[in-house]
Amino acid sequence: MSAKRAERLVNLVIALLGTRQYVTAARIRATVPGYEPDDGTARADEAFKRMFERDKAELREMGVPLETGRTSVFDTEDGYRIARADYELPEITLTGEEAAAVGLALRLWESAQLAGAAHSALVKLKAAGVEVDTGRGLPLQPRLDSDEPAFEACYAAARDRRALEFDYRRPDEQEPARRHVQPWGVVAWHGRWYLVGFDLDRQERRSFRLSRVVGTPRAAGPAGAFEPPADVDLAAMVAGQFGGAEQTVVVRARPGTAVGLRRHATPLGAAADRAAGGTGNGGEPWDRLELRTTEPMRLADQLAALGPDVLVEAPAAVRDAVIERLTRLATMA
Amino acid sequence: MTTAGTNERMTRLLTLVPYLTAHPEGVPLAEAARDFGVPERQLRRDLELLWMCGLPGYGPGDLIDLSFEGDRVRVTFTAGMVRPLRLTTDEAVALVVALRTLLELPGLAEREAVSRALAKVSAVAGHAGERVSPVALSVDAREQALAVVRDALERRRALHLHYYVPTRDERTERTVDPMRLLLVDGRWYLEAWSREVAGVRLFRLDRIDDVQVLDEPAAPPPQAAPRDVEAGLYQPEPGAPVVRLRLARWARWVAEYYPVEEVREVDDPPGGLVVVLRTHDLAWARRLVASLGGAATVDAPAELARAVADDARAALDRYAAGARPAPGRGG
Repeated sequence: MSAKRAERLVNLVIALLGTRQYVTAARIRATVPGYEPDDGTARADEAFKRMFERDKAELREMGVPLETGRTSVFDTEDGYRIARADYELPEITLTGEEAAAVGLALRLWESAQLAGAAHSALVKLKAAGVEVDTGRGLPLQPRLDSDEPAFEACYAAARDRRALEFDYRRPDEQEPARRHVQPWGVVAWHGRWYLVGFDLDRQERRSFRLSRVVGTPRAAGPAGAFEPPADVDLAAMVAGQFGGAEQTVVVRARPGTAVGLRRHATPLGAAADRAAGGTGNGGEPWDRLELRTTEPMRLADQLAALGPDVLVEAPAAVRDAVIERLTRLATMA
Repeated sequence: MTTAGTNERMTRLLTLVPYLTAHPEGVPLAEAARDFGVPERQLRRDLELLWMCGLPGYGPGDLIDLSFEGDRVRVTFTAGMVRPLRLTTDEAVALVVALRTLLELPGLAEREAVSRALAKVSAVAGHAGERVSPVALSVDAREQALAVVRDALERRRALHLHYYVPTRDERTERTVDPMRLLLVDGRWYLEAWSREVAGVRLFRLDRIDDVQVLDEPAAPPPQAAPRDVEAGLYQPEPGAPVVRLRLARWARWVAEYYPVEEVREVDDPPGGLVVVLRTHDLAWARRLVASLGGAATVDAPAELARAVADDARAALDRYAAGARPAPGRGG
């Protein structure tokens, strides 16, 4: 932006903040420096109008509450003003501890998508007299998956409540398919970004991994087109697609093995019988372990990877799933 | 986001005068430049521009007035710009979401303080603070170790811990000099100098057991340099042996998840992929292939395929030998 335009916009804000009356465009043109002066020609009028329209749009985009109206019923045209109470950040006082929390929290965005917004929020708080210190204290370095080209469009559509369409390729499908979604929000879950919302084609809540979006998503239709359910928990929607009800699985593990499994297991003591990995080889008795999982098939993957050190006792579905995996693996060489 | 680019300078110009108003004793230029995240010379240009602005009339008593004393700047007339502009939706979202995330991270900050800060910030954020937020961060919050590690970092003490190494399925014991906490892809890591191996290592917090703060200072040696995590935690090992895997359609996610060097679409299996990874750690590769349960086959090296198949056969033998456990003794 040119210095001239910046100067004009600052002067416009100061002028409109300083008045309770609505000021007409003609009056603004005559007082605020930098506008095309009125020399009676249609060309000059046109140039002023264009300039003024652009300035208004710019201010509104920044969040300046530019009001339109008439001070009295005798006014013949609309004027403009900025109500100080709507413009100014309300009074906020934070204790040292609270300010430290804000400073630490904002660091979560460091080098991530909303880093710019987080920084300007921080500067506004400082300008409101809040002493926020982000530099001291904990040596902490957060990193989000920031290289996600679809983020911006998805975030903006969710923020503005606009419908979104995009091409989406699941890893098990070769061709991308067009999706139409009411985007409720974008969620970072286990370091990956997901879009969650209401899938208009399937008439269901769905989540989409952003890295599988092909090209740039397009917002369609007006802003404010929908409102997400008030009680929706975006992160839980993403987490929910990965798990069901909790199940108990009992396994036997050779002593001294399956260290990782044992970290999340409840020991049930030694296996008493000689069958199924009991004391089959005349060695020490194996340990019985109880595991809990919401994803039994993922646990089966993990158990199969432990090879001959772990045997599943129950339930039969998990035991069979592990044997099925082992059978496939055994044919590899 | 939207505050970047063309709006960035305007936002700064409208914030500068209130910022100076909030510091009546004046602010060193360098400090102000740091707070606004711009070079000092840009900040000077901004101040010079503001000096030309003011109330209609634009006479000497109407214009914004600044006074410079040494390296400090002070505002002496604000022309009515005393408070910063309200938070934009993006700014409010960034603040509220960050505080909500912090609230779910016990051990990192004092919960009561976070909760109070969130209430106060939501109050000034207005509408944006109440709506369903367009973005959420989900961070691993169950880490018992977080509070202990944070304590050690703040007091600069060494730590003693047990660490689970998944690729070897081993529990190791270490004494480390903590350097910093990393939050990468939703998981917490401690970066520390590991005395046993005399090197900088990353310890994932959910793999740390029995961690204790020692009564001795943390003293990472001068050669302990933090690693650059921008490119991801797992640096590829360019010279390492090649592992070539053939992925079935439903295992194609492996190519998204691990740092693969080469990806090629194939028809065998239908809709499958061939990927190339490089690693010195064949134990890790064996675990990866085995955990895919047959959805990935090994093209190379042959010894990897053999190791996976041998393990699986040994396990199947045990199942066959034992048949089912005796009734009444099972789960």
